[in-house]
Amino acid sequence: MLGPGLLKGMAVTLKQFVESYTKKGSIFTIQYPEERREMPEAFRNFPILVYDEDPENPRCVSCDICAKECPPRCITIVRDRDPNGAGLKKPKVFDIDVSVCMSCGICEEVCPFDAIFMDKDFELSAYDRMESLNFHKEKLLRPNSYFHKIRPTDAARIDANLKAKQEKQAPTPPSGTTT
Amino acid sequence: METLDQLFVLLKEGILQIAEAFLPSGLLPFVSILVSITAIAIFAPAVMMYLTWLERKVIGRMQNRYGPNRVGKFGLLQPIADGIKMLTKEDIVPAKADRFGHFLAPVAVVVPSLLLFSVLPFGRNMIAADLEIGLLFFLAISSVGTLAIFIGGWGSRNKFSLLGAMRALAQMVSYEVPLVLSIVTVVMMVGSLSTMDIVEAQSGWNGFRWFIFTPWGFFGFLIFFIGSVAEVNRTPFDIPEGESEIVAGFHTEYSGMKFALFYMAEFLGAFAFAALGATLFFGGWQGPFLPSWLWFGLKTFVLVFVIIWLRGTFPRLRVDQLMGYAWKFLLPMALVNILAAGVWYYLSQPLASFASAALLVASYLLLSRLSPTGTRLEKRTYRYAE
Repeated sequence: MLGPGLLKGMAVTLKQFVESYTKKGSIFTIQYPEERREMPEAFRNFPILVYDEDPENPRCVSCDICAKECPPRCITIVRDRDPNGAGLKKPKVFDIDVSVCMSCGICEEVCPFDAIFMDKDFELSAYDRMESLNFHKEKLLRPNSYFHKIRPTDAARIDANLKAKQEKQAPTPPSGTTT
Repeated sequence: METLDQLFVLLKEGILQIAEAFLPSGLLPFVSILVSITAIAIFAPAVMMYLTWLERKVIGRMQNRYGPNRVGKFGLLQPIADGIKMLTKEDIVPAKADRFGHFLAPVAVVVPSLLLFSVLPFGRNMIAADLEIGLLFFLAISSVGTLAIFIGGWGSRNKFSLLGAMRALAQMVSYEVPLVLSIVTVVMMVGSLSTMDIVEAQSGWNGFRWFIFTPWGFFGFLIFFIGSVAEVNRTPFDIPEGESEIVAGFHTEYSGMKFALFYMAEFLGAFAFAALGATLFFGGWQGPFLPSWLWFGLKTFVLVFVIIWLRGTFPRLRVDQLMGYAWKFLLPMALVNILAAGVWYYLSQPLASFASAALLVASYLLLSRLSPTGTRLEKRTYRYAE
């Protein structure tokens, strides 16, 4: 017979219509700028550089491993030098072209000094695609506390590792220069 | 209460009195016409704009979404934003199109749907033109829009447009018949084609003389409603513009305001048919307590909601299903309905109601048994796959 099936279908849509007003949680939309989804801890976007106390002395020793491993070669590192021309254990230039970066996270994997990590910030729109998307060292540097905030478990593990390493080397403090 | 009921009628009289002061009396009928036209020309696009808003909201809610809610409170300014967007869009005419036909179609499709409003009784004494053949006028004018659709489809010089236009014609020819035959019952009972008379005939008994409460009225309304949904190309009868098959059907080659005019015609048609349904079967502007125009609007919007609800529920029909449904089911039902209305009229109550209801239910069951509800699917055998 014609009819009952049609009415059944219409009852379903009417139920959804009424429930969208009466039942909480029946609309799944997250209204983005006002409401945000809680990102999982493993969410990653673009890399940042972490420093411990002084932004002038980041963990990065400019070993260039990340730049060499980077599949799209978006990292540019130039080693800093002292007035005599001797190389310092810190980068002078550290650029990441995020328009090229593919968010693979290999730089984080290969870094032996736990200096580079993937950030969660994804709201990076800019007005031009050349200079504003080439992130310089100043823009990439973040304190360790920021890293603790975005990825607490990873940060705690890495801090413990670093501490253990330091205790092994103790009491000589790590020197800032190489010859 | 009386003033509120006659608010718009009094408003018009007031304007005429002002006009009388400094215009020759020979011009007054023209002023009266102008006032009515202006009222409709303002009311109709405003209704259309907010019908799009209502549709998007209701469909959104049915699909567990919010619908537009960014422009203004509850997205109430969204139609205005859309209007600005439509007006500022580039108007593209295909290089080899029939330029005159392509231009004429959107205009010719809106004019009839605006004319439909002239014979609708929006309230007590509130009608732009109380024609004695109001109903006939409505039906005749509502099918003129089809011609415009065909002009547009032909003038676009696009295969999809032409296919859509031909589908529109076939569909409209098929559904016009049961639509008109279902209205015939109302005309039989009232003995007049004037929409005012039809509303008057349903007065009394606290609303229980609405034709929807009679067996023939109930079935007649269902046939009328299905037919009118098909007549204005709304889902599930929107095969003339079936997106999944022929891009956008007859308005494939239209952009900007020309496209908006097609859209406007569709919504105005839907609104006008809902209003006619309320007039013919739900007692028009009759109702207790509230002003008559509010009752009319309420009934109309309930029917508009049902049209939107149908769109939120059903998928599009196939062409053969569409034609089969009109000719094999709706047309015989409409004919039986006329017979049932005659039985109801000539027998004495309550035997009349019982007999005509029995006749209608029996033929409904028989017809739905006769018309196949779907092609029987056999197990497919594949030659190369598997």
